[in-house]
Amino acid sequence: MKSSLLTEKIRAANASGRIALIPFLPAGFPDKDRFWEELAALDAAGADIIEIGMPFSDPVADGPVVERASLQALAQGVDLAWILGELAARRAGFSAALVLMGYLNPVLQYGVAAFARDASRAGVSGVILADLPFEEAVDIKRILTAQGLDLVPLVGLNTSRERLAMYAAQATGFAYFVSVLGTTGERRTLPEEVRQKLAVARQVFDIPVALGFGLKTPDQLKGLEGLVDAAVFGSALIKHLEAGGKSAEFMAAWS
Amino acid sequence: MKKGYFGDFGGQFVPELLMPPLLELERAMETIVRSEEFDRQFKALLKDFVGRPTALTRCDNLSQRLGLDLWLKREDLAHTGAHKINNTMGQGLLTKMLGKGTLLAETGAGQHGVATATAAAKLGLECVVYMGAVDIRRQAHNVRRMELLGARVEPVKTGTQTLKDAINAALRHWIAEQRDTHYCLGSVVGPHPFPEMIRDFQAVIGREAKAQFRERVGRLPDMVVACVGGGSNAIGMFHEFVPEPGVELVGVEAAGSGQPDCYHSATLSLGSPGVLHGTRTKLLQTGQGQILPSHSVAPGLDYPGVGPEHSDLQASGRARYVSVTDDSALAAFQTLCRTEGILPALESSHALGWVLDNARDIKPGSSVLLCLSGRGDKDLEIVEQALASQKESKGD
Repeated sequence: MKSSLLTEKIRAANASGRIALIPFLPAGFPDKDRFWEELAALDAAGADIIEIGMPFSDPVADGPVVERASLQALAQGVDLAWILGELAARRAGFSAALVLMGYLNPVLQYGVAAFARDASRAGVSGVILADLPFEEAVDIKRILTAQGLDLVPLVGLNTSRERLAMYAAQATGFAYFVSVLGTTGERRTLPEEVRQKLAVARQVFDIPVALGFGLKTPDQLKGLEGLVDAAVFGSALIKHLEAGGKSAEFMAAWS
Repeated sequence: MKKGYFGDFGGQFVPELLMPPLLELERAMETIVRSEEFDRQFKALLKDFVGRPTALTRCDNLSQRLGLDLWLKREDLAHTGAHKINNTMGQGLLTKMLGKGTLLAETGAGQHGVATATAAAKLGLECVVYMGAVDIRRQAHNVRRMELLGARVEPVKTGTQTLKDAINAALRHWIAEQRDTHYCLGSVVGPHPFPEMIRDFQAVIGREAKAQFRERVGRLPDMVVACVGGGSNAIGMFHEFVPEPGVELVGVEAAGSGQPDCYHSATLSLGSPGVLHGTRTKLLQTGQGQILPSHSVAPGLDYPGVGPEHSDLQASGRARYVSVTDDSALAAFQTLCRTEGILPALESSHALGWVLDNARDIKPGSSVLLCLSGRGDKDLEIVEQALASQKESKGD
């Protein structure tokens, strides 16, 4: 099997003695122009992978911060055609690998095959679809894989060992471990069970495991050394930007 | 067929974090809902608490006027005034047998919220209801009813602040609280097994109606008509008649004002397939897959999706889906009040509006069985406002 750029990026960071950093930014946030500036700033500040949010009107896996940012983006006319077109125009402009994260319906209406083709041409390496569990993913995964795109699975505290194994048998890129039984959005502390469950996930997956949902500061990862290969942060970054902060400052705390 | 699908529609399009409670429900459908003990308790609740069987009423005056034989299945006579209670008692009982302590619900107009709060009170469960902030203002009366019944009503201030966003908020709450909470979804929508489970709880409508009609008329009706928002009263009515090829099934959606480009809720008539709230079905959406706001004068029909089984019944041609405007529903509302002494819900008034508008195209003498899904006391304010504005625009 062809090796995944997402896997390579995370392994490279790990090899230099750190966890990989994966910031999440909703497409078109804070506005259509500044989005590309922030993306470039995150890239320059050492992001290993950048997740770009594809806005959806009904984001059930997201908390209030990401939802608000998504609805703002939609109000400005952000859609998949804009995201993929602009990315294609900037292809190869980023040293970070790119992942698109969102919900199934906009992808279905774009056409799964057209989406896979255009995302691949635009230099995207992987896709996360928050409302596509294992059972429904078969056909879409085949189409994405044919274009060299990883379908990154989301798993969590209530995912049984059996279900982790189902995902592990097919997943490429990395596995996204959701740190809380809840939606996206920063938490002060992570639940105690995270450690135990992460240890199980690490046994089951050959690919790297990223921790996300609820991450705010690097302190939260204390005690999880060796169990986490990458950290994803979204809501905290969005709030930092909303408060007038810069991407580089936010990234500095994590580097 | 693939698990949880009706033809091309249905499925389980939810975050992985919701798969464990859905799989738990699927197992409970086999082990608990199909058990004799559940059946015994559910039947007892429907009889002694809900007041079933509900009556079958012949509309003598309207029948004569229309040249048809028109019958109403009287879900308006069920406890809390609508068919919604059939579902909430079933899911409430299931919640109790699962050993969970809280019933979680979304509500648009408040009818399902009231029915859930009622089930929770009767069965000794906690109750949390998510309701759009806009709907809370429009339906303050139902908010008070829910609170009197002991429910906690949580306002939803995101998105359109109506039913669609209340479902999003309830799904989010369920992700976090799944261990002790059952999500009591209000219609035959959402991920498998909800559409099938809720249909089975509502199928009592059609079972009773079929037996009552046979007893009174000696045969089956020629046509069965019901309104469709999410579609739970319609599927509950249709289910028993789907295998009867001689019975025509008609679902009536809300066309809104009927003006070009108006917001409406005619998902099956005008929508396209997509995925929302865990299921693949027909939706009101933009070409980019963003969900559109819906509208109807009947709050219970105001939803931009529809149950996946209806999408399949339409695709297979077994049922026909039509739509009528707010004005037709309002006219039917008044007609039923005056000719039959029954004050129908605005939702059910859509079904009747279609029969009244199309009686000339129905073969004379046909027997038509209509599901009167609820009573209209809740809609008085809306009706009075709408009639006042009709009068005003006619006066101009």
